[in-house]
Amino acid sequence: MEKLLQVDDLRTWFRTSRGIVKAVDGVSFDVAPGKTRAIVGESGCGKSITALSILQLVPEPAGYIESGKIHFGGEDILERSWTDMRGLRGREIAMIFQEPMTSLNPTRTIGWQLSEAMTVHGKDAPVARTRALELLERVGLRDPNAALRQYPHELSGGMRQRVMIAIALANRPKLLIADEPTTALDVTVQAQIMSLIKELQDELGMAMLLITHDLGIVSEVAHDVSVMYAGQVVEAAPTRDLFHDPRHPYTQGLFASLPARNRRGQDLMTLDGIVPDAANWPTGCRFAERCVHKMDACSTAPQLRVSASGRQVRCHLPSALEVTK
Amino acid sequence: MNPNLLHQLYNLSPVALVGIAIFIFLRARQTPLWGEAFRRLARNPSARTAMAVIGIYATIGLADSVGWYDAATQERRTVIDAIFERKPERTYSAPLAEMTTGEAKPQKIREKHILGTDSIGADVFYRTLKGVRTAFQIGGMTVLIVTPLALLLGLTAGYYGKWRDDVITYIYTVLSSVPGILLQIAMVLVLGKGIIQICLALGITRWVGLCRMVRGETIKHREREYVRSAKALGVTDMVILVRHILPNLLPVVIISTTLGFSNLVLSEAILSYLGVGVPDNVGSWGNMIDAARDELARDPVIWWNLTAATGAITGLALSLNLFGDALRDAVDPRLRS
Amino acid sequence: MLRFVLRRLLQAIPTLLGVLTLTWFLFFGTASAESIARRNLSSKDPTPAQVQGWIKEHGYDQPPVVQLRKATVDMLMFKFGKSDATKEDIWERIRQGAGPSIMVSSTIFIGTVLGAVLVAVLAAAFRGTYIDKTTTILCVIMMSVVYTVYVIGGQYFLSKQLRYGPIWGFDPASGLFKYILVPSAIGFAAGIATEIRLYRTFLLDEISQDYVRTARAKGVSETRILAQHVLKNALIPIITNTVAVIPGLILGGLLLENFFGIPGLGSYLFEALGSNDFSVVRAMVFLGTLLYIFGLIMTDIAYAIVDPRVRID
Repeated sequence: MEKLLQVDDLRTWFRTSRGIVKAVDGVSFDVAPGKTRAIVGESGCGKSITALSILQLVPEPAGYIESGKIHFGGEDILERSWTDMRGLRGREIAMIFQEPMTSLNPTRTIGWQLSEAMTVHGKDAPVARTRALELLERVGLRDPNAALRQYPHELSGGMRQRVMIAIALANRPKLLIADEPTTALDVTVQAQIMSLIKELQDELGMAMLLITHDLGIVSEVAHDVSVMYAGQVVEAAPTRDLFHDPRHPYTQGLFASLPARNRRGQDLMTLDGIVPDAANWPTGCRFAERCVHKMDACSTAPQLRVSASGRQVRCHLPSALEVTK
Repeated sequence: MNPNLLHQLYNLSPVALVGIAIFIFLRARQTPLWGEAFRRLARNPSARTAMAVIGIYATIGLADSVGWYDAATQERRTVIDAIFERKPERTYSAPLAEMTTGEAKPQKIREKHILGTDSIGADVFYRTLKGVRTAFQIGGMTVLIVTPLALLLGLTAGYYGKWRDDVITYIYTVLSSVPGILLQIAMVLVLGKGIIQICLALGITRWVGLCRMVRGETIKHREREYVRSAKALGVTDMVILVRHILPNLLPVVIISTTLGFSNLVLSEAILSYLGVGVPDNVGSWGNMIDAARDELARDPVIWWNLTAATGAITGLALSLNLFGDALRDAVDPRLRS
Repeated sequence: MLRFVLRRLLQAIPTLLGVLTLTWFLFFGTASAESIARRNLSSKDPTPAQVQGWIKEHGYDQPPVVQLRKATVDMLMFKFGKSDATKEDIWERIRQGAGPSIMVSSTIFIGTVLGAVLVAVLAAAFRGTYIDKTTTILCVIMMSVVYTVYVIGGQYFLSKQLRYGPIWGFDPASGLFKYILVPSAIGFAAGIATEIRLYRTFLLDEISQDYVRTARAKGVSETRILAQHVLKNALIPIITNTVAVIPGLILGGLLLENFFGIPGLGSYLFEALGSNDFSVVRAMVFLGTLLYIFGLIMTDIAYAIVDPRVRID
């Protein structure tokens, strides 16, 4: 099947006073049309920067894309200049962010910001206005008419995120990049927003790249998962396979430490150690220091191995890539 | 307050200022925040240049503070006097000129003057150098009076709150409501012209700003967790203030003082123009600029007095501003890219 | 809204009282009424009777508290009385002087704000490039030059050498523009650097906000982001910062008016200080404080107008 988005060996680095921080260091994955890929990992593993790199929105001048290819719609969009990217942003590829509080302009009305998403891509103002109303209704705002004239601070967090979704979907993008869309919201609202996104995705036949650290959301929404650690993909598999049978020690540790998986009365299982310093990745396997299965071989960096069924694991353990069943 | 004591302090203030600055620098270097900041500063070329220039000024000021009693002239002579004083001419002369100007019968110059001479024939370069010490004295004295006072009152107001805060806030609100220059002029006029009075006048406006800032920062820190937990542990207020809050105030105080010092130097010049500044016999850049107004109206134009004084002031103020900015950027945890 | 303004004015009364007390103390705390009387009496060696007469006439013989009470009531009703030195009506002189002062200072003000916004926007648009760095350095240099040098030098070059305007005087009948031109240019040059740096900081603060990233993700161009998003938000601190000084414009610049012979309130005050004219100084200080407080009130109102998140309670 033709992949909608194919990221090949992306490296996004940052120039800092401590040296070069290789936040994204050789990441590859793909997203199939209409399907959802989740990228999971803890804070600092590079998943947000990966998402930003696709639209070339990496914070400048410190950040830059060192190398890699990103195939979308038959071209390598990393070749596009920053200004040429504008044709894609908000049109073919849309993005929503984590903090609805600060992601909207506080001095412009909702209606203005929503219309802008359409007028910058060529729609007339009246057409944009009508469509804005439709969109607000579609994303579940109770009083869309009033909302058009309101300012962001007059809405709740959940409502603001719905507005962000409306803005992102205004031009019917083929791909939605969602960077932790529910992390900053109340637990009750989280479920609502996630189901709204899923609904809209099915309706529009849209593909989604979902960045999250919440395995619960992944299990409900994603078709494929890539697990990131220390700037690299350490495991990738279809969701069901990953949840049923995680192969990489890090992924196994993640699942084992879920409260649901632990027995009452026992200490919660945790992973020992901390993430290595991003300015100074270890030369061997980056997870080795914290790995219970650590061996001599781990002093050389493991490559990402692909199994016959399409699963990927970056580990020296022979059992990592065994074919089960 | 014994006026003689104040005068002694005034004379020594450049030395005191430099001494305190060096002390703070050496102690701060050991802390992680400042150590990192200084390293960043050292890499910044404009900061290095600014620091070097300030250092030159400070050296001149210190050299002018070291003196001895010269039996021959019955006066005090300093290192600067010894090196740079020249025999006075009759009147004005242009830089490196051979003859005096501006009088009916020009006379031949007795010695070379790099920047010319002024109305009484004194060497302009020498006068400019003498002005360095005055600037440091006024600035230093003001800083020495104002900073402890602002810290004390600001900390009290911010930390203890309630009536203490109300009183102190009322005082600085009233003081800041009067237009700045007005307050300074009025103070000098009624207190009389004199070095100490000028420092008080300049100090008042500076005090208001600093006290307000210290109070704001104290309030901010008072609510922080580390203060609350210290209080819960039973640590006394005094210890909290001195060992916890005060060190956190130092960055803003030091940066504000550095940038404020340049304002002080500039303000002194303005006050001198208005006639309420340093007395004429004491060398000061403000006095030199004051004389310039008439000098520019003469024919041929006497421009070197103004240029020398302006260059000296601008050099010092510019270096302080650049250094202060660089210091603020280096200390500020939110690195601007 | 009206209630808000009235409430703020009432809150300001203790401050005004404090200012009047301070002014009184500055004058009479250190110099006695007699010495002031002597200074102001025309005869060289006044008799004790004349001195006492002068003191009584001006009400300086009353106990301080009584003086203060009377002064406060008078000031609040704008009964400034007569000048100690020249015996002319103070309020009348203020009315005459306000016009010239406003003409010069408002020209400077408008020019400075507009010019600073323009340069700051350019610096922000080209942030990090040589344009930005050069602008910053130039601003710091300009901020390091003494104000009096601007005035003296400006008068020398612009008026004397280039003859863009007269060195001295103010005669609207013969053409207002030329009298305002040079002083305004000087005031503009002296003050614009600080404003540029300030506005640039405001703009850069906005550029690093999250909503700018959202706008970029929508496909908005950098120019439109700067004009429609960043500028609109930065105008909040810009406007609230500048509005505060507007009431004070009436007072004019002391040095500037004195140098160029502009008969405004600045030079009026300057004269009064020079001749130790207490009643004039007291009136002007009171006026200045009142205007400052108006400025603070206007700042709060401006906030409510410009920032949709703020509403007057």
